[in-house]
Amino acid sequence: MSTKTLTFVLNDPPYDSARSTTALRLVDAALKRGFDVNVFAYEGAVGLATSAQTPHANVIHGRDAQSEDHPNPKDWISALQLEARRNSLRFDWVNCGLCSDERGTGEAIAGVRRGVPADLWAFVRSSVNTLVIPTR
Amino acid sequence: MGKRILQILTTGYRGTLEEQDDQVLWLVHMLHNNGADTDVLLRGAAANYVVRGQDAGGLCFGDKRQTQPPDIAGEVRALTRKGVRVYVVLDDLKLRGIRRNETLEDVAFVALAELPALLRSYDQVWQW
Repeated sequence: MSTKTLTFVLNDPPYDSARSTTALRLVDAALKRGFDVNVFAYEGAVGLATSAQTPHANVIHGRDAQSEDHPNPKDWISALQLEARRNSLRFDWVNCGLCSDERGTGEAIAGVRRGVPADLWAFVRSSVNTLVIPTR
Repeated sequence: MGKRILQILTTGYRGTLEEQDDQVLWLVHMLHNNGADTDVLLRGAAANYVVRGQDAGGLCFGDKRQTQPPDIAGEVRALTRKGVRVYVVLDDLKLRGIRRNETLEDVAFVALAELPALLRSYDQVWQW
């Protein structure tokens, strides 16, 4: 068991609650403090890293797509991957494969891999602690 | 059948950082802009939407900063300026220690006990 590895289990899909955003903030904080980080995206959370996410304009805000700078969670995950690489840390993100199949979730961004619950167990065994961000 | 609609919003800050607004308030803006006669009732956690001085700025992952954070109170204010009536449940403000002088102007306060009469005054009530 590594004393500097944390595992996060995410459940919520993108754009539906603040929980996944908060989880990514915790991941960011862990990376900034020198922890290797594992993420197991379960159920709706497999949509967080979908590569086809596309920013859009917002007529109510009166901004085109460029000035709206609409965030897509996949870009936040990419930024965390970059942060990890820059700090020579391991950031391993696994999408539950069955959950992706059920939802017809498209391809994930680079660095996100398909996995199974055994990957979660491997994450847990190698981590000093595991935090589940539950859904409701 | 009449089409005067009251939108009850209870869940506050649902995905607002990712959306850069509230999904229901955004839809109310769109419905209003398309001619709907609709008002809003904020209760529960959403009662906090009427608090002035909210600042959701500063979100950052690695080097990626959010440049257009949500302005929820601004969305509410914009609705009232369009003529949409925005009610907030006074009891929910009190539970959260929010004083009236901390809230936006032009929102209407309504007590829980007054809700039945308010709801009866609309043709449709949509609970989000």
